[in-house]
Amino acid sequence: MAKKDNIRNFSIIAHIDHGKSTLADRLLELTETVAKRDMTEQLLDNMDLERERGITIKAHAVKLDYKAKDGETYELNLIDTPGHVDFNYEVSRSLAACEGAVLIIDASQGVEAQTLANTYLALDHDLELVPVINKIDLPAADPDRVANEVEEVIGLPCDEAPRVSAKTGQNIEQVLESIVSLVPPPENRDSEPLRALVFDSVYDSYKGVIVYVRIMDGKIKPGDTMRMMATGAEFNVVEVGYMRPNAMEPQKELTSGEVGYITASIKTVGDARVGDTVTTAENPASEPLAGYRKVNPMVFCGVYPADGADYENLREALEKLQLNDAALSFEPETSGALGFGFRCGFLGLLHLEIIQERLEREYNLDLVTTIPSVIYKVHLTNGDVIEIDNPSHYPDPANIDFCEEPTVEAHIYAPPEYIGAIMNLCQDRRGVYVNTTHLASDRVDLHYILPLNEIIYDFFDVLKSRTRGYASFDYEMSDYQRSSIIKLDVLLNGDIIDALSFMIHSEKAYAKARRIAEKLKDNIPRQMFEIPIQMAIGGKVIARETVKAMRKDVLAKCYGGDITRKKKLLEKQKEGKKRMRHFGTVEVPQEAFMAVLKLDDE
Amino acid sequence: MKNIGLYLHIPFCKSKCPYCDFYSFSGKETEKDEYTVVLKERILSSISTLQRKGDTLYIGGGTPSVLGAKNLETLVKACKTDFLTNDAEITVECNPYGLSEDFIKTLYNCGVNRISMGLQSAVDSERRMLGRLSDRKQVENAVKTAQNVGFENITLDVMLGIPNQTEKSLNETLDFSISLGVPHISAYMLKIEENTHFYKNRHKYDFPDDDLTADLYLQMCETLENQGIMQYEISNFSKKGFESQHNLKYWHCEEYLGLGPSAHSFLNRKRFYFDRDFNSFMNGNSPIQDGLGGDFTEYAMLNLRLVDGLNENKVSERFGHNIPKELYEKSKIFIDNGYMISNENGIALTRKGFLMSNTILAEIL
Repeated sequence: MAKKDNIRNFSIIAHIDHGKSTLADRLLELTETVAKRDMTEQLLDNMDLERERGITIKAHAVKLDYKAKDGETYELNLIDTPGHVDFNYEVSRSLAACEGAVLIIDASQGVEAQTLANTYLALDHDLELVPVINKIDLPAADPDRVANEVEEVIGLPCDEAPRVSAKTGQNIEQVLESIVSLVPPPENRDSEPLRALVFDSVYDSYKGVIVYVRIMDGKIKPGDTMRMMATGAEFNVVEVGYMRPNAMEPQKELTSGEVGYITASIKTVGDARVGDTVTTAENPASEPLAGYRKVNPMVFCGVYPADGADYENLREALEKLQLNDAALSFEPETSGALGFGFRCGFLGLLHLEIIQERLEREYNLDLVTTIPSVIYKVHLTNGDVIEIDNPSHYPDPANIDFCEEPTVEAHIYAPPEYIGAIMNLCQDRRGVYVNTTHLASDRVDLHYILPLNEIIYDFFDVLKSRTRGYASFDYEMSDYQRSSIIKLDVLLNGDIIDALSFMIHSEKAYAKARRIAEKLKDNIPRQMFEIPIQMAIGGKVIARETVKAMRKDVLAKCYGGDITRKKKLLEKQKEGKKRMRHFGTVEVPQEAFMAVLKLDDE
Repeated sequence: MKNIGLYLHIPFCKSKCPYCDFYSFSGKETEKDEYTVVLKERILSSISTLQRKGDTLYIGGGTPSVLGAKNLETLVKACKTDFLTNDAEITVECNPYGLSEDFIKTLYNCGVNRISMGLQSAVDSERRMLGRLSDRKQVENAVKTAQNVGFENITLDVMLGIPNQTEKSLNETLDFSISLGVPHISAYMLKIEENTHFYKNRHKYDFPDDDLTADLYLQMCETLENQGIMQYEISNFSKKGFESQHNLKYWHCEEYLGLGPSAHSFLNRKRFYFDRDFNSFMNGNSPIQDGLGGDFTEYAMLNLRLVDGLNENKVSERFGHNIPKELYEKSKIFIDNGYMISNENGIALTRKGFLMSNTILAEIL
């Protein structure tokens, strides 16, 4: 079949901080896609700009025009990928839209966990890899060693690999030449029924959802009726075109091999989910492209407004975020402790943090979040199996036969001297050792099965600190495994504080219970009356602390005749009470909730 | 019409104590004389405008005694003419440091009948910590001199919560005060106010914690009452009949006029005060309005500082209604736990309740 010889579709993949965004910037600059004066740092950086600042339409994908040394002008479509395992599915879809991938390796650090993980992902999609050794300007750079390592570990020949500095711009042109010569052009399949892969979609308040697609087969133009093959939903195409860094460039049509956007007055990104296939109602394709799956949240927590009056604002904010983020789920939830809020589902902890930060920054909300939970499968004695992501739905232990928890396959890459430290950490986290692979003289791959709930809080931070930053980490979801999961309750003054309950492995319950009780004791200010803090499993108390009654809170002197000052102090005291969460006679400041959530940070 | 109280603020001090945030500065001799002239004019003009009588005069500060006997005499006389009743309580705060017999005699002869002295502590190391210039012996001499001149009504200020203070050292202070035979003691728990030396250096001192301070307080109340010096307010103790009539006006939410920079007034339901600015006062600037006062909440907040608490009869006399039922209901948990007491006459805080009065007032008012 004929090729579209002048088109190259590629992604850039790399371990975090190996210079993906900087290289993308240089490519834009060199192809004069962006005038130098318009150049801002890291123009395509998904995580910072897209995910944090929200719905600005910077290119997730961008079209570059490059006049190569062979005299031909090439249309290079760069499809940027998020760099975190939470968004693995989106990475996978982006790669599926390409024929090749530029693999960046840091000239001093060499092959890291995500280098390999992304490489395997790219190979899964039959992509041609273009290795690039970056950061050769660094004093610690050792491109020869790293080139050997890539050949040894990945099996990718590196003799010809461009050695560049994205920072200084050195040898960047070689990267473009390698893309042109190594990445195969797409096939011409214009005559087939339309099949376009959605690799991203963003919400725009004027145009509705903007769907980013790679046209695999056929053509699409304004006026066509597009059909989403997973949902069957149909829309009238309003506009199609190319993405440029600072603008969208409308076209008459998009044809096979091309990368571009479609707008069709689509209301929510949920209607045009990443991974779905677009075809036309007029001439529908018989089979969708491979691999669409709905992305399901893995991590759940309660999100409550600190001020109950903000409940509606929180709902609106979540609705707006969801317009642009089909992976975010939420439903109303009520807590005896925190009032009205939402149970939210996230792809992972990073996703959770991003959403929380956006709610706080962009929507000015003060939030209290509960301890994150994964989805447990609880097998009841009557044979039913229920899925639980919220401790308050935990059934009566008498009715539980056994529980299962989700696990991940984790690969940790580090220099061999840290094997002991890493094994200790994984053991602490209830990891099951699978094997160790020596990748190179100074790099091993430790393979573990770890429970998901052991890595969702702080695993990566602890790993980093125990290996002085040398370890890298990657994981993918694995299956459910039988596990001794119990629910741990916090009681203040004898009352269960539902928002602080969480599910935990029974072996870890005692230590954790003691630490939480201590932490609460330190963070609940002394009050009129003594406050017993109890940690309990079922009805059984396994740890206790007491906040002693406050003894002294008095204005000894009345400031002569300055009664107003005293009155203001009284008002202030009453105000202070309002900011507390009240449980019977116990007042708990927000910080106490936070302290319990942050328990693992230490 | 009820008689009012008059407070005169003397904003001069020899030196600033590390815990004090009252308005004061050292002042030149000429400034003190000029201030006396201006203050006297203010007194006379206020008396003629007000057309009210006063039955208490309180000259506080700062350190009024640094003004000199002659100036103080001038001020007291100005108040007695046409304003103070014959049996008025007239108090002057004095620094025991260098207090001469002549000085005391001058005050006595012009009609001053109550002297307040800052003892703070009878332990000299604690006194030095508090920046007091005199030692224990000088306080003893000053009190005895005043008693010899004829002053019966002498009050001493005592402080709780001094850095490194212990039950033992507090007992020493109390025993000393009792041995002097004074009929009134004010005992304040140290509060670290912003803009004081103690606040800025709070990490360098070993202040007793709240638990110890509370223990010291309870111990003190008991020690004093065993000697017949009965508690009548959170921080005030006296033999029967020696309660501070002037301060009771504040706590009973009654009227008073305050003259001098930073002095506060409550007259005709209005609260107002003079700016904390010496020059502003000297230039004759008007006081700053501070809103209306005297509503039930304020009345209750103040009266609940007293051992007698809120009295049903007095409340209905003043407000035409009883103590609200809601207040009793909210107080129930505190009554049940020994922080308050109530009967058909009214409701009051206990000693344990006094210690927690901020929290309790915020709950019930």
